[in-house]
Amino acid sequence: MMASSYNAKEEDGHHSVSAASGPSAGPSAKSKKPDNTAFKQQRLPAWQPILTAGTVLPAFFIIGLIFIPIGIGLFVTSNNIREFEVDYTGVDASSPCFTCSQTYSWNSSIPCKCAVSFSLEQPFESNVFMYYGLSNFYQNHRRYVKSRDDSQLNGDKASLRNPSKECEPYRSHDNKPIAPCGAIANSLFNDTLELFYIDPNGTRTQIPLVKKGIAWWTDKHVKFRNPGGNNFNLTVVFQGTTKPVNWRKYVYELDTDPENNGFVNEDFIVWMRTAALPTFRKLYRIIQKKSNMTPTLPRGNYTLDVTYNYPVRSFEGRKRMILSTISWMGGKNPFLGIAYITVGSVCFFLGVVLLIIHHKYGNRNNSADIPN
Amino acid sequence: MLQQCTGEENWVDSRTVYIGHREPPPGTEAYIPQRFPDNRIVSSKYTFWNFVPKNLFEQFRRIANFYFLIIFLVQLIIDTPTSPITSGLPLFFVITVTAIKQGYEDWLRHKADNAVNQCPVHIIQHGKVVRKQSHKLRVGDIVLVKEDETFPCDLILLSTSRDDGTCFVTTASLDGESSHKTYYAVQDTKSFNTEQELDTLRATIECEQPQPDLYKFVGRINIYQERDEPIARPLGSENVLLRGATLKNTEYVYAVAIYTGMETKMALNYQSKSQKRSAVEKSMNAFLIVYLCILLSKALINTVLKYVWQANPNRDEPWYNEKTESERQRHVLIRAFTDFLAFMVLFNYIIPVSMYVTVEMQKFLGSYFITWDEEMFDDEIGEGALVNTSDLNEELGQVEYIFTDKTGTLTENNMEFIECCVDGHVYVPHAICNGQILPGALGIDMIDSSPGPDGKEHEELFFRALCLCHTVQVKEEETVDGIKRGIHQGKGTSFYISSSPDEVALVEGMKRLGFTYLRLKDNHMEILNREDEIERFELLEVLNFDSVRRRMSVIVRSGTGELYLFCKGADSSIFPRVISGKVEQVRARVEHNAVEGLRTLCVAYKLLTFEEYQDICQLLETAKLALQERDKKLAEAYDAIERDFILLGATAVEDRLQDKAADTIESLHKAGMKVWVLTGDKMETAAATCYASKLFRRSTQILELTTKRTEEQNLHDVLFDLSRTVLRQHGSLTRDTFSGLSNEFQDYGLIIDGATLTAVMKPDQDGSTGNYKEIFLEICRNCSAVLCCRMAPLQKAQIVKLIKFSKEHPITLAIGDGANDVSMILEAHVGIGIMGKEGRQAARNSDYAIPKFKHLKKMLLVHGHYYYIRIAELVQYFFYKNVCFIFPQFLYQFFCGFSQQPLYDTAYLTLYNISFTSLPILLYSLIEQHINMDILKRDPSLYRDIAKNSLLRWRIFIYWTFLGVFDAVVFFFGAYFLFDNTTFTSNGQLMTTNTQMMFGNWTFGTLVFTVLVFTVTLKLALDTHYWTWINHFVIWGSLLFYVVFSLLWGGIIWPFLNYQRMYYVFMQMLSSGPAWLCIILLITVSLLPDVVKKVMCRALWPTTTERIQTKRKCLNVEQSTIFMLSQTSSSISF
Repeated sequence: MMASSYNAKEEDGHHSVSAASGPSAGPSAKSKKPDNTAFKQQRLPAWQPILTAGTVLPAFFIIGLIFIPIGIGLFVTSNNIREFEVDYTGVDASSPCFTCSQTYSWNSSIPCKCAVSFSLEQPFESNVFMYYGLSNFYQNHRRYVKSRDDSQLNGDKASLRNPSKECEPYRSHDNKPIAPCGAIANSLFNDTLELFYIDPNGTRTQIPLVKKGIAWWTDKHVKFRNPGGNNFNLTVVFQGTTKPVNWRKYVYELDTDPENNGFVNEDFIVWMRTAALPTFRKLYRIIQKKSNMTPTLPRGNYTLDVTYNYPVRSFEGRKRMILSTISWMGGKNPFLGIAYITVGSVCFFLGVVLLIIHHKYGNRNNSADIPN
Repeated sequence: MLQQCTGEENWVDSRTVYIGHREPPPGTEAYIPQRFPDNRIVSSKYTFWNFVPKNLFEQFRRIANFYFLIIFLVQLIIDTPTSPITSGLPLFFVITVTAIKQGYEDWLRHKADNAVNQCPVHIIQHGKVVRKQSHKLRVGDIVLVKEDETFPCDLILLSTSRDDGTCFVTTASLDGESSHKTYYAVQDTKSFNTEQELDTLRATIECEQPQPDLYKFVGRINIYQERDEPIARPLGSENVLLRGATLKNTEYVYAVAIYTGMETKMALNYQSKSQKRSAVEKSMNAFLIVYLCILLSKALINTVLKYVWQANPNRDEPWYNEKTESERQRHVLIRAFTDFLAFMVLFNYIIPVSMYVTVEMQKFLGSYFITWDEEMFDDEIGEGALVNTSDLNEELGQVEYIFTDKTGTLTENNMEFIECCVDGHVYVPHAICNGQILPGALGIDMIDSSPGPDGKEHEELFFRALCLCHTVQVKEEETVDGIKRGIHQGKGTSFYISSSPDEVALVEGMKRLGFTYLRLKDNHMEILNREDEIERFELLEVLNFDSVRRRMSVIVRSGTGELYLFCKGADSSIFPRVISGKVEQVRARVEHNAVEGLRTLCVAYKLLTFEEYQDICQLLETAKLALQERDKKLAEAYDAIERDFILLGATAVEDRLQDKAADTIESLHKAGMKVWVLTGDKMETAAATCYASKLFRRSTQILELTTKRTEEQNLHDVLFDLSRTVLRQHGSLTRDTFSGLSNEFQDYGLIIDGATLTAVMKPDQDGSTGNYKEIFLEICRNCSAVLCCRMAPLQKAQIVKLIKFSKEHPITLAIGDGANDVSMILEAHVGIGIMGKEGRQAARNSDYAIPKFKHLKKMLLVHGHYYYIRIAELVQYFFYKNVCFIFPQFLYQFFCGFSQQPLYDTAYLTLYNISFTSLPILLYSLIEQHINMDILKRDPSLYRDIAKNSLLRWRIFIYWTFLGVFDAVVFFFGAYFLFDNTTFTSNGQLMTTNTQMMFGNWTFGTLVFTVLVFTVTLKLALDTHYWTWINHFVIWGSLLFYVVFSLLWGGIIWPFLNYQRMYYVFMQMLSSGPAWLCIILLITVSLLPDVVKKVMCRALWPTTTERIQTKRKCLNVEQSTIFMLSQTSSSISF
């Protein structure tokens, strides 16, 4: 619509040229003379706004008035979110996983187990998300980030046999290609976490943990695919490849459920999405709310049973288990709410300052200028 | 070949030219053939063979291109975070486009050279005329030049079609003097005026090696005659016909080539066209170096930190992230160096190749607005402004000194008779119509009361005097070039031609007053008087005009046998020689006219007795025949003859100023520019023009620094005198300003001539030249206007250079129309050519060409101003947006183990500067108008707001950089805190399938990038003062493009890519509520400080520009209804 009006204007410009020069002006003179179009004469109709105290004032007040309530809302929501975190690295000699953390070996056949007990002061009402958190783990290191082969993970058979060079030095082992290749896959988090509720009377009830639906839908269904589709016998498909060096099992042994095995294993997919920062948490399991009557996690004592496989002490890392409920704005984060409140207030304050300036100087300037 | 400097008196090196390549008779002198260059003119830069290497070399000499080449090579060699294509492709594109452009330009130059080199010339060989191509002409060839032809090289005149061995030449295209000058053949060769005769001429010419001074030549011709001793005759500049000058009013001449090709005086006066760089480009390069330092230090800091951090082997190589064997074996220094280079590559986008492309495009496309400008189109010529170099657009907004030519630039080069005054009675011919007489307009307006019968006699004598005392010729042809006026209305076949346009104007004025000069026939001048009778006067003697005497005389015998001596000349040379007449009245009128800027001449006569005439003849004869010091003896004779006059009256002629020249100069003055007039013309004329064009006002005190004065006093004293005058004034001025009484301050105008200038510039024996120069500059600085007259072309350039390199380094602009202005046009920062009458040389060599002087106003005040603010914003914004872009990436290195992990995806890295943020700024830099065009034109003082590169000062540059850093910190840590506190680990239950998505590093980068693109674009939107529909389209369009691109880029598994890291990342981010809130918050925070700063500065310390903007806005509010009405009416017409 705008374009059409502009064109119309251009024609109008042509018209006026011919009208001004009259019929006597020959075609040769006309051709050399620049066109009298608004664009060429830099006279396009334009809106010419100027940022003055007067015009900006309302914007500041409006921003203040919008941001402060949003901030308060965010802050309250964030505070209503229950979150619990437990560190099970076993740095102190007193901590239950101390031994496991000391006697670490990739090749030991007997897994080291330890149990961390904790208690929740308040019940967790809605769905609870269970995360594992790692610290000082540089998943965003360049060498690490690029050490993967997306086409192999997408089920490409050629890449399965001949993984990308980016996977070095985790590309092949014993002259067999590694599937899945690369440093990311090789360092898959392989601790097993189990949660038990200790009744006041002392009985341990295992809390059911759902392990499906923790990865992006698109990742699970599009980006990650087993070679030859999920219905094939994965053992046959992965014939001729070997497991990543640090893995205990082959990739087709990750789960018994064929929907969650091989490259489409959700724990694997979650791990493959490299974290942005060296301290990160990844979704491990979901604890679904059973009924409206009882909270998902009632207050009381719990035990976290850890199969301690994953070494972090060598790089001074930490391992944590986090339980959290969520709201419409995600997990617990007071920062956003505080930031909104702060910015809103600052805008409001600036609005007041500008109002004063506008009244003091705006009038003076105008009155001083107009006589000129 | 030795070249001699201007003003060098000594004949240091000489050449011998054998006329017609004939050896002198044996025994006289050894025949040594010398080698001289041929007559080829070369202005092109490249040849077919050296184009590629030379062009590449020149392009990579540009610091930026070289830098990108290095980055590209580094990316090729080592393992870097980004692919070499990201920098190689744009670089290749830029280099290719530039090479094509420069190649095309050089091809055009080759074509122009060829046209000049191949035009035919006539050469005498073995008694025959041979046609040759110009470039085959050699030194020693005898050349035949016909009327209206241009001389193909520097020649010594041998003979002409005239018996007296003279010829008329116009050197308009060389020094701007359109008058016809007389040149003389050597007395002993003037009889050789057929081909056969010339074939028998045996002579050699010894002369100095070529030097650029047009007015200087020293040489000797040796003519060998049979048996006799050779005759030696001195040769001077009056014998030399210069390349570029044109033969006039002479049928043909024979002349011998002495300097050819690039050795001609014209070519020596041309300076090589060096690449001009604008002040903005210089600041840009300075900023670039700062950013290069920032870049290097960033890379260095990161490399050092990386190795400090990696000192712990578990950090360097944790179990989950091992190196390959080859990486491990590399030496630590090599690794460190590679890491350093990798960091360089990672941060190299801080100096984007696209900035140079954008700047080039802005300049190239922006310059079209000049050519498109209708106000700068001249209907008379049928041409608009031309842009030859778009590199200097913004320099038009920075001009501090304007050097303008006079003839043809300030003036029309078109004389007009205004009035005459006889014994105090003023006569004005009415109906002056640009050189054409309206029928029936022969009446005379008498301002004063009619004179008595005695007056009547004087009046007629005066008119006759003007009809007789001149050297005007009547030309019966229509197609003559130069000054031509129809004598008979209707016939249109006869024109007056003269070496002085003033004379033509006078004779024409007389015609309008009733006395028509018909012709010179058999030495009798015929005049048609008011009664339509033909009066015949016998012309006895002509005492030619010269610039020292500043008068000319004729001696005629009237029909009744009376002998008259009529003399006309400058008032100062006539009044002292007058013994009777109404001196006081005439003097008053002359002074009045001079103040009006008219060129005045006084007319006097005396009656001669026959005896007196005899004496005069005797006197002249002896003087003319003198072999030594002929000039001096002639001058003495003239002095003796021209005395004891009776004053008749005075005339006033106007060299019409160009349309609106005075208005333009006034505006330029108001805009803070200093205007200097540099002309080859004589002082009086030039000064009159300066008065007329308001360069000098009536109140201006004129300081003279001329030969006349330095003859009386020595230069040293004069200079110190003047500086004392000026400085005393200056001192009292400061006191006056303190006491608030500065209204009465005297402004000064300086007049200097070429010879004195040479003296000022000449290095003294004791090396005190710097001193003189400094004093001269000091005087100039305190003068509001300066007039330099009698300038040789190269001296004009010297003046420009002197100012250009004075300690303030002001930006200079030179404007002229003739070939004599070319050297100064090339020397000045900006050269503007006027498409004038004196050929297209100036327009061709200039950076910009305009049809008329008045167009300079819009060129500088509007276009220059716009280009400057546009490019200033462009440069600052480009640096700003790339700080915003790269600084988060720098910060990210602290959180990824200094591993050079890019924060953004490759596609974003490549496209950020190319497509997401390129168009809005390009468009801004093309059409932004912070103030309306009409206001800029009306209020020239706004130009001062941007003087001295004010928008690119370091303070402002640092502000922008800090703003960029601040924004970058906001983007990065805003995202960091949100990620760190895990809001983003899930997006709640809005989308049940994605309830608990995890965000990875690419989402983090995408979030930062989204905020970045929006902030940077909106920042530009806040800076835009002129929102046309195109701005809306481009700004919102490019944001939309970013979103659509991101959706597409993440929406598909791209088959040709070996990674799919962006798959669905953008969509997942947008499906999360906190991400939206975060984006909005961060954009607001980033823009807030800049908005507050702008508003505060505008309210508390507004600049003139801002005041006018605000004022206009207020007025707009008041008049909004009127505006709306007019808007609607205009929109209806759409």
